[in-house]
Amino acid sequence: MQISDIQKAVRQQKASISRRVEEALKKIEQNSHLNAFTQVFADQARERAQQLEEQLSAGKNPGPLTGVIMAIKDNINIAGRRTTCASKILENFVSPFDATVIQRLREAGAIFIGKTNMDEFAMGSSSENSYFGSVKNPLNPDYVAGGSSGGSAVAVAIGACDAALGSETGGSIRQPASFTGLVGIKPTYGRVSRYGLVAYASSLDQIGVFARTVQDTAAILQIIAGHDEKDSTSAEVEVVDYATTINRDFKELKIGLPKQYFADGLDAEIREGILKITNELAKQGANVEEFDLPLTRYAIATYYIIATAEASSNLARYDGVRYGFRAPEVDDLQEMYASTRSKGFGKEVKRRILLGTYVLSAGYYDAYYKKAMQVRRLIKEELNNAFKKYDVIVTPTTPTTAFKLGEKISDPLTMYLMDIYTVTANLAGICAINLPAGKHSNGLPFGLQVMAPAFREERLFQLGATIERMQS
Amino acid sequence: MEYEAIIGLEVHTQLLTETKIFCGCSTKFGAEPNSQTCPVCLGMPGVLPVLNKKVVEFAVLLGLATNCQIRRSNRFARKNYFYPDLPKGYQISQFEEPICENGYLEIETEQGKKRIGLIRIHMEEDAGKSVHDESYVEANETLIDLNRCGVPLLEIVSAPDIRSPQEAHAYLTQLRQLVRYLGISDGNMEEGSFRCDANISVRPVGQQKFGTRTELKNMNSFAHVQKALEYEIERQTELLKDGKSVEQQTLLWDADKNIAQPMRGKEESHDYRYFPEPDLVPVHIDVAWFDKIKQSLPELPQEKFERFLNQYQLPEYDVRLLTENREVADYFEKVAALFDDFKMISNWMLGEIARVLNEQKISINQLPLKPDKLADLLQAIRKKVVSTSAAKKVFDFLLSNDLSVEQAIEKLGLKQISDESEIEQFVERVIAQHPAEVESFKAGKTKVIGFLVGQVMKLSRGKANPQLVNQLLQKKLKA
Repeated sequence: MQISDIQKAVRQQKASISRRVEEALKKIEQNSHLNAFTQVFADQARERAQQLEEQLSAGKNPGPLTGVIMAIKDNINIAGRRTTCASKILENFVSPFDATVIQRLREAGAIFIGKTNMDEFAMGSSSENSYFGSVKNPLNPDYVAGGSSGGSAVAVAIGACDAALGSETGGSIRQPASFTGLVGIKPTYGRVSRYGLVAYASSLDQIGVFARTVQDTAAILQIIAGHDEKDSTSAEVEVVDYATTINRDFKELKIGLPKQYFADGLDAEIREGILKITNELAKQGANVEEFDLPLTRYAIATYYIIATAEASSNLARYDGVRYGFRAPEVDDLQEMYASTRSKGFGKEVKRRILLGTYVLSAGYYDAYYKKAMQVRRLIKEELNNAFKKYDVIVTPTTPTTAFKLGEKISDPLTMYLMDIYTVTANLAGICAINLPAGKHSNGLPFGLQVMAPAFREERLFQLGATIERMQS
Repeated sequence: MEYEAIIGLEVHTQLLTETKIFCGCSTKFGAEPNSQTCPVCLGMPGVLPVLNKKVVEFAVLLGLATNCQIRRSNRFARKNYFYPDLPKGYQISQFEEPICENGYLEIETEQGKKRIGLIRIHMEEDAGKSVHDESYVEANETLIDLNRCGVPLLEIVSAPDIRSPQEAHAYLTQLRQLVRYLGISDGNMEEGSFRCDANISVRPVGQQKFGTRTELKNMNSFAHVQKALEYEIERQTELLKDGKSVEQQTLLWDADKNIAQPMRGKEESHDYRYFPEPDLVPVHIDVAWFDKIKQSLPELPQEKFERFLNQYQLPEYDVRLLTENREVADYFEKVAALFDDFKMISNWMLGEIARVLNEQKISINQLPLKPDKLADLLQAIRKKVVSTSAAKKVFDFLLSNDLSVEQAIEKLGLKQISDESEIEQFVERVIAQHPAEVESFKAGKTKVIGFLVGQVMKLSRGKANPQLVNQLLQKKLKA
């Protein structure tokens, strides 16, 4: 059911919210082998459904998302629930407060069905780096679902919810959306409050949405977007009404195709699939043009320096002192720190903390972190210049379809290259979306990425809706 | 060979904001441990800091008062280190772009005025406290109180322009007076709201190059700072005299043993890995905001000192004491607006009032006798309604009784008798009662008049106007 259908049913008092919750719980049960959830809130969701139904029958309107079932990535705080970040170190940590996005969704009438599995602290591109085990792709359980928001993608893909929240630092929504055939948006940095999102890399992190359609994605973003005084980096930029802008004619859009995103390393079938769509758009009257984005080649290196540097600092708070896991049987403070963090964090998290500590160290700071920040600024300028010419940029989302579980986990560099087309949007702070673009001959889906300038999410929806219609 | 000391001071002063620097928790001192905390200052997963604008305003005020360049666009940075009372594992501070730079403070030395350069002033958050010494802490435990965590601080870093412990003392005194004047900090070193670390090295006089420096910490009073600096200067000088070298290290002052002990190696080998704080946007102080802050800058101690000298024509000694503290100066001016014998006000404030403040350990704002009442009392003296000695009794009485000056004089029955006929009666009685003394006087022993005046005063129970008594006695005896 689309969100607009749920809204209609609610208006007509025909919605059986409780029945939909039961169906969702059944889907979770049936697909438990995919390991999409770290926690399922069965009783709470049932109770909430009942409350909403009571409010409706009492003639009250609890909000625009009444009865919409959502799954939440387990790095976003819900008051009174655990926020594990799929890590041993936070396995039993209960958050005392709601993230701003949760508060807004709650007030809009949404139901939270559970928290979803992910790469530990959102570090990874396959959702294999989880203390609770790997997430599996619903289209083929031998394959990864992508990451780091793999659990949220699967939750939507199997129909366990109407939409899900994920988080992005370098592609963690778009990439799993591409691997599972969903719409996934990374909003502009500052569009959605980060208050209550457990930080990985603060200058890159952004909460976003998974859904089955562009319209549903827009409906959720509409609720969570906008300034929040608890997040100084959230922007005071007006949020337009996406529902009315979504149907604007796509022909007014100038579309740029960056050559570097269609070069070596891209799967030939994906390349073909994307170009087929852009050709069709051109045929229907859109202005499509190739252009150069030469700095793209520095994006991955830049990303991994900045992200790990910030992560090394953001994750310092997990020290076993006040909350979370503390290693037992230690003799002194230093040993408590060392043992807690050695045992509490997984391998990839430790790798990134060490990398980040290194690039910030005295004597290396200028060569790595400072240089990376300079390159980041150049990448941003290059993109902003491109946006003077093009309204949107279209690329593939990932170079390949989903890979096999275990295939890349021991080769971090190859794994990091999975983000090659997505990290630029995070570095530049702009918005980008993944749209399902077809099925590969290997049976797995692949996605098309649309990027737009900061705070122009409506363009993503506008073109997204067009492509969606073309696909169906 | 002669040696000289090179000293630079780092002062941390806690700001008197109502709430913490990055959250809404109270900054009040002395609350139950961990009662003034929230997810933000506890460093819970998912929280973000929001800057308290008052902190920026206080920093700008101090910057302006110390002749600094104000960086209208400045930013916070993270200082990373692990410590149990630092819940985020980093302190939000400023590094490359502090809010104030390149200022100076002028101090008085024996050789005259001297400028001490200020390298920078920056904003940061305080850490919590590790508790070991309380009775409720077990031997193998450390407890953490995070009430202080997130209380705003300004760090004021001086240039290495200080040459002696006396200059260090003068600098600290001046700086503390300034923060108190500005109303941005209570400057209380014993309670830890004003803390000082020192960098110190010694070199032969005439040598340009600085010697190897050590860092001195844990000095909890002005006296400790002076003692510790003296100790360290002597220690370094002795080393150099013996041809040995000074080791760069951090020393902790032990006030019980009067020695400075090296910190353990592990604790001082920090690489803080500073980088710009990504959770906060850079601070922009626009012209309107800057002007507003500038307008709120009060008169500074030196300006006030000079104005008092001119306006009230008082001795420098008096003015120094009256303007040392802004509240005292304000009190003086409130009285001076009602009563124009400024020297008399000054005498009372530096005499009776200073005594009471000292005895009761209160500030002038807590003095029950408000400026208008002091003015009334001085007026009463001038109009000879009370004698000066009686006025002191009235003053003491008014400290614990909420009455007007007139009522108090009435109640104590201290109204001075200036009616000649009434005094004449006393005089005649005394002359009648003391014929021997009267004889002495007449024989030329005029000093005996003092005794006779005393007798009249006694008879009038201290209320007779002593000058009148004297006059009348003289007249009668010489008649």
